[in-house]
Amino acid sequence: MEERKPAHMLRNFKYVAFMNEELRNLSLSGHVGFDSLPDQLVNKSTSQGFCFNILCVGETGIGKSTLMDTLFNTKFESDPATHNEPGVRLKARSYELQESNVRLKLTIVDTVGFGDQINKDDSYKPIVEYIDAQFEAYLQEELKIKRSLFNYHDTRIHACLYFIAPTGHSLKSLDLVTMKKLDSKVNIIPIIAKADTIAKNELHKFKSKIMSELVSNGVQIYQFPTDEETVAEINATMSVHLPFAVVGSTEEVKIGNKMAKARQYPWGVVQVENENHCDFVKLREMLIRVNMEDLREQTHTRHYELYRRCKLEEMGFKDTDPDSKPFSLQETYEAKRNEFLGELQKKEEEMRQMFVMRVKEKEAELKEAEKELHEKFDLLKRTHQEEKKKVEDKKKELEEEVNNFQKKKAAAQLLQSQAQQSGAQQTKKDKDKKNASFT
Amino acid sequence: SAGLPETRTDAAMSELVPEPRPKPAVPMKPVSINSNLLGYIGIDTIIEQMRKKTMKTGFDFNIMVVGQSGLGKSTLVNTLFKSQVSRKASSWNREEKIPKTVEIKAIGHVIEEGGVKMKLTVIDTPGFGDQINNENCWEPIEKYINEQYEKFLKEEVNIARKKRIPDTRVHCCLYFISPTGHSLRPLDLEFMKHLSKVVNIIPVIAKADTMTLEEKSEFKQRVRKELEVNGIEFYPQKEFDEDLEDKTENDKIRVGAWGSLLKNGKCVLGLVENLNHCEFALLRDFVIRTHLQDLKEVTHNIHYETYRAKRLNDNGGLPPGEGLLGNVLPPVPATPCPTAE
Repeated sequence: MEERKPAHMLRNFKYVAFMNEELRNLSLSGHVGFDSLPDQLVNKSTSQGFCFNILCVGETGIGKSTLMDTLFNTKFESDPATHNEPGVRLKARSYELQESNVRLKLTIVDTVGFGDQINKDDSYKPIVEYIDAQFEAYLQEELKIKRSLFNYHDTRIHACLYFIAPTGHSLKSLDLVTMKKLDSKVNIIPIIAKADTIAKNELHKFKSKIMSELVSNGVQIYQFPTDEETVAEINATMSVHLPFAVVGSTEEVKIGNKMAKARQYPWGVVQVENENHCDFVKLREMLIRVNMEDLREQTHTRHYELYRRCKLEEMGFKDTDPDSKPFSLQETYEAKRNEFLGELQKKEEEMRQMFVMRVKEKEAELKEAEKELHEKFDLLKRTHQEEKKKVEDKKKELEEEVNNFQKKKAAAQLLQSQAQQSGAQQTKKDKDKKNASFT
Repeated sequence: SAGLPETRTDAAMSELVPEPRPKPAVPMKPVSINSNLLGYIGIDTIIEQMRKKTMKTGFDFNIMVVGQSGLGKSTLVNTLFKSQVSRKASSWNREEKIPKTVEIKAIGHVIEEGGVKMKLTVIDTPGFGDQINNENCWEPIEKYINEQYEKFLKEEVNIARKKRIPDTRVHCCLYFISPTGHSLRPLDLEFMKHLSKVVNIIPVIAKADTMTLEEKSEFKQRVRKELEVNGIEFYPQKEFDEDLEDKTENDKIRVGAWGSLLKNGKCVLGLVENLNHCEFALLRDFVIRTHLQDLKEVTHNIHYETYRAKRLNDNGGLPPGEGLLGNVLPPVPATPCPTAE
């Protein structure tokens, strides 16, 4: 029970009495030490490890797997796909890479069967669905009441490498349609695959054509960030070469006195890491060494937020006035909670009913068994009684016989005794006669 | 969707029913490859990339000081951040009267060091423990802390969210214990009991220069014991030790780094940093140089999450129909909701 509070303590506390509007700039008179903050932050992340997820979209045989192998200096095991896939499906594989003290959980998602079908109308759909599914999973986690976001294994796609076939002319309509569907969901980095099949002058024209087609069709590709001074310059320089024309190879060829990744043709060698031969180095630089973190950030703060917003609006929110914003989601939570409770109750009911049913069944079974037992018992009893009767009958018979026998015996004895008596009398008579004759 | 054997595409919004989330077609155990052997890829550059980004966005840090007036709170904060964060302590003639109720004053500052920009907010609580009747004087403080969580939650729950939600949550609460030399006072225990559940509390023995070394260590032992007996978990909380390494490190801190401070911050600054005189340096290193980020993370991942879960579950213990900041919430249903595990 709460005691009455003194008057001045009741709900009129002045607080947040003061929060200054304009922040004061302070000068430090010595080394405080919070410049270690970025290190503190980075150390935390390092110990947890990082996630990076790449989606490769391109036709079968265009070199997606080879490029991944080349980028990450490994032979990721995979069997080349056939051209007979009935539809597009996405295959994801995860790898843990380590470099110095950095652990990276790399997931490579492949579009198997892309571009192989006769009717490619729906080719983009599985890709969009996959990307959305990863956003959905994250959103689910975020909306949970008891959640653990800080050790969530992030599967959202951070970069989408779109492989353009080196026709030398222009983009295919499939490319345009697909990229248009993906550009608001993922960071698209278009690349020209198997670039060693295009001549230098053709390549330049091809690149321009592609970029202008993208612009005229309103496709938003990933922009390398230029807002931060240290990376602005390199990003700006690289952007000029988009889309990167790449060559992939894990085979090594002896160039001069070194071994280098290259493709050996009858007429010559194409070196992967030679910037005069192809843009592989630029791609690696941009994708991994300069903008990996930005790609992750854009995925989270732009693409995911957009997905979340659309999804929540779909669920029935109207952000009409600022007042309704703070608790409209609350209402959904309430609604969801009620729904959840309702479902819980339903499940409980179901379980209870099932339990009752089972109990009934068991009861019926038991009754059956009981009945059987009773019947058996009755049968036994009857049999027993019959037996008993038989025995009694026999007993009676026996008694009768015994009686008869006794009677006969008695009769016989009587006869015998009568006979004896008469005999004795006769003997006495005889004796008397004898005696009489003597006198 | 036509037979997709390896992808789960059914992303129907499953409600708060705790069902495993639709997983992408990822094998359970990722293949581990040590790329050190295979030629440089450049993955380790992500550290630099991350560092650059965080330097650009800057950091927020909110520290609250609680304790009776005269214990040297302002001096400590000024010394910690080597600047006139709090203007109060500069003069001994304090024109401000002790307030009649507990006030909460938050002052924001921008400080920069080594290219790192920090928005530091010091939250002072004048009037705490200064009344004749101090019953429930922690309530305004608890309310303030929860209000910051509420603010953050409201932003987080918006449909169109800000790119960076302003963080006003209290990351660290320095609680000043009066150096009586005996034990904790009931007010101290009550405060810490209530607040250790919602915020990181670092208990600090004030004006330790009024005790001898033996008195100090005895007092410390007694205080620590009392806290333990009362089940008060102060920062760093044992239950959050992630691994053995953390635990041994944190144990050292729990045992040793109780800050204490001196009266005249300025002219004896040199002595303050002398470990033999007081453990100020330990406190400073602990709060700023090594555990600042951790303080923020524990606040975000644990205290805030607890608040959020409670809030979404049962109106946060507030009477139904009433919300913080004057919002009206829908009524709470009669049956309590089980937490979705």
